[in-house]
Amino acid sequence: MPNRTAPILSVSRLCKQYGAVHAVDDLSFEVCPGEILGLLGPNGAGKTTTINMILGVLEPTSGTITIDGCNLARRRRQALGRTNFAAVYAPLPGNLTVAQNLRVFGMLYAVPHLNERIEAILQEFDLLRFRNTKCGVLSSGEQTRVALAKAMLNEPRLLLLDEPTASLDPAIARDIRATIRDVTQRTGVGVLWTSHNMIEVAEVCHRVLFLSKGKILLEGDPRTLPQEHNHPTLEDLFVAVAREPLTIRAAEERN
Amino acid sequence: MPPSLRRTAALLLRQFYLLRGSPARFVPLFAWVAIDIVLWGFITRYLNSVSGARFDFVPTMLGAVLLWDFMARVMQGITTAFLEDVWSRNFLNLFASPLSVSEYLGGLVLSSIATSSIGLVVMVALATLVFGLSFFVYGAMLAAFLLVLFLFGISLGIFGSALVLRFGPAAEWFIWPIPAFISPLACVFYPLSVLPHWMQWIARIIPPSYVFEGMRQILAQQTGAPAPGHALAATHLIAGAALALVYLLLMARAFTAVYRHAVRTGLIARYSAETVG
Repeated sequence: MPNRTAPILSVSRLCKQYGAVHAVDDLSFEVCPGEILGLLGPNGAGKTTTINMILGVLEPTSGTITIDGCNLARRRRQALGRTNFAAVYAPLPGNLTVAQNLRVFGMLYAVPHLNERIEAILQEFDLLRFRNTKCGVLSSGEQTRVALAKAMLNEPRLLLLDEPTASLDPAIARDIRATIRDVTQRTGVGVLWTSHNMIEVAEVCHRVLFLSKGKILLEGDPRTLPQEHNHPTLEDLFVAVAREPLTIRAAEERN
Repeated sequence: MPPSLRRTAALLLRQFYLLRGSPARFVPLFAWVAIDIVLWGFITRYLNSVSGARFDFVPTMLGAVLLWDFMARVMQGITTAFLEDVWSRNFLNLFASPLSVSEYLGGLVLSSIATSSIGLVVMVALATLVFGLSFFVYGAMLAAFLLVLFLFGISLGIFGSALVLRFGPAAEWFIWPIPAFISPLACVFYPLSVLPHWMQWIARIIPPSYVFEGMRQILAQQTGAPAPGHALAATHLIAGAALALVYLLLMARAFTAVYRHAVRTGLIARYSAETVG
C-alpha cells in the first residue's frame, strides 16, 4: 500500500497555456511512495502535457513541480536523476542494441555499478536473449519491455508511464502490468500511469484522476469511483467524462 | 568519472556504437575526403608540370584543400551526431534525463573530434605518401591553423544543428551547403586581395580567411618571394582564433536559446517534421 507521509511527486497549481488555450489549468496532485496513480481523460485532456512538464521537456506557464523534495525548475538535474519514464511515442534508438542502449542511458543517468545493473535489469525484464539485438527489429512487446528496463535502470523514485501497454497483446500487457506492480511494491517507486484501457487502470492503479480540458474533474479509487457517480464501470464513467464533462462537474460541485 | 563527464562520454559512446555497427556510417568519414585529396593531388601535379619549377602548387593548393576539408569534416561531425538524434527521434529520451544542453553540446564536440580525426589521418596519409605534401613547410603554425579551423567547424556544426532544431528535420538541407557557401569568402585558394572590396569586408569576419592568408604568407616566405612571412601569419592567426572563439560562444548561445524555445513550446517532446514549422 502507498505510504502517504511524504509524496514522491508534488504538483502544485500547474498551468500550461498556448496563447488563449489552457492545455493544463491549475492542476495540483501528489503521488506517494509505492502508489500507482492513474491519470485519465480523453484525448487532449492534458495528460501528456502534464507528463512532459514533469519530465522537464515542457516549461510550465506557472506552478511548481517537486520530485522527491527537489524543485524541478531549480534542481533539474537532481530531480530528473530520480525520475524515469516509458512512453510508446519515445522508443529507444532502433539502431543500437538493447545492451548498448542500456549502457548509454545508464551513463546519462549516472547509474553506479552499471555492468551489474544492466545484467540484473536484463534478467528482470527477460531480455537476456535480446542483449545483442538492435531495438529496431524487436516486436512491440519486446520494445516495451526494453523501454521499461531503461525506465527502471536508475532505480527511480518516480516513474512516468504514458500508455505503457498500448499496442500490446493482452497476454504481454498482463505480464507488463504484473512486472510494474511487483516493482512498485518491492522498491516503493511512485508511478504516474496514463492509459485508455479502463480495465487495466482498475486492476493496477490505487487512485485515479480524471482530467478534462486540463482540469481535474474527478479523483478517487478506480474500483469505487464509477458507483459513486452512478456508472456501472470505469469505462462508462470515462465515456461520460469525455462526452458530458460539464454535467459531471456540476454534480461534483453539488456534492 | 564525474557524472557530468560521464553523460558527455555517453554521447561519444553512442556514436562509437553507431559507427562500429554500420559501414554506411563509417566509410563516408574518410571516403569523400580521400577522393578530394586524390582529385586535387592530380590537379596540383598537372599545374606543377605546366608551370615548370616556378611555383609548387602542392603545399598551396593541396594543403589548402586538406585544411578546408578538415574544417568541413569537423562541422559534419557535429551535425551528423545531432542528426542521429533527429532521425531516431531521441530528444525526449535524452532531455528527459539529467543531461544538460552544455553536456549535450560537449558530447557532439567529442563525437566530432573522433570522427574528423579519422578523416584527417586519411587525408594526411594520402597527401604525404602519394603526393609528397610536406607539413614541415608550414612549421609550428600548422597546429594553430588547425585549431582555428576546428573551432570554426564546431561553430558551424552547432549553428547547423540549431537551424534543424528550430525549423525541423527538413532544414537538414540547409546544413550541407554551408561550407560551399562560405568557401568563396574563406579565400581557400586565392588571396583576400582578389575579392571585390565589399566582399573583402565580409571575408574579414570569417576566421578561415585568416588561416589561409596566414598559410600563404608562410609559403611565400619559404619560396623566397617578398612577403612579411611568419610575423604577419601570427597576426592572422591571433585574429582568426579570436574570431573563431567569438563565433563558438555565439553559436553555443544560439543553440541554447533555440533549445529553450523548444522547451517553452513543447517541440522537444514532439519533435518531428510535422510539428516544427
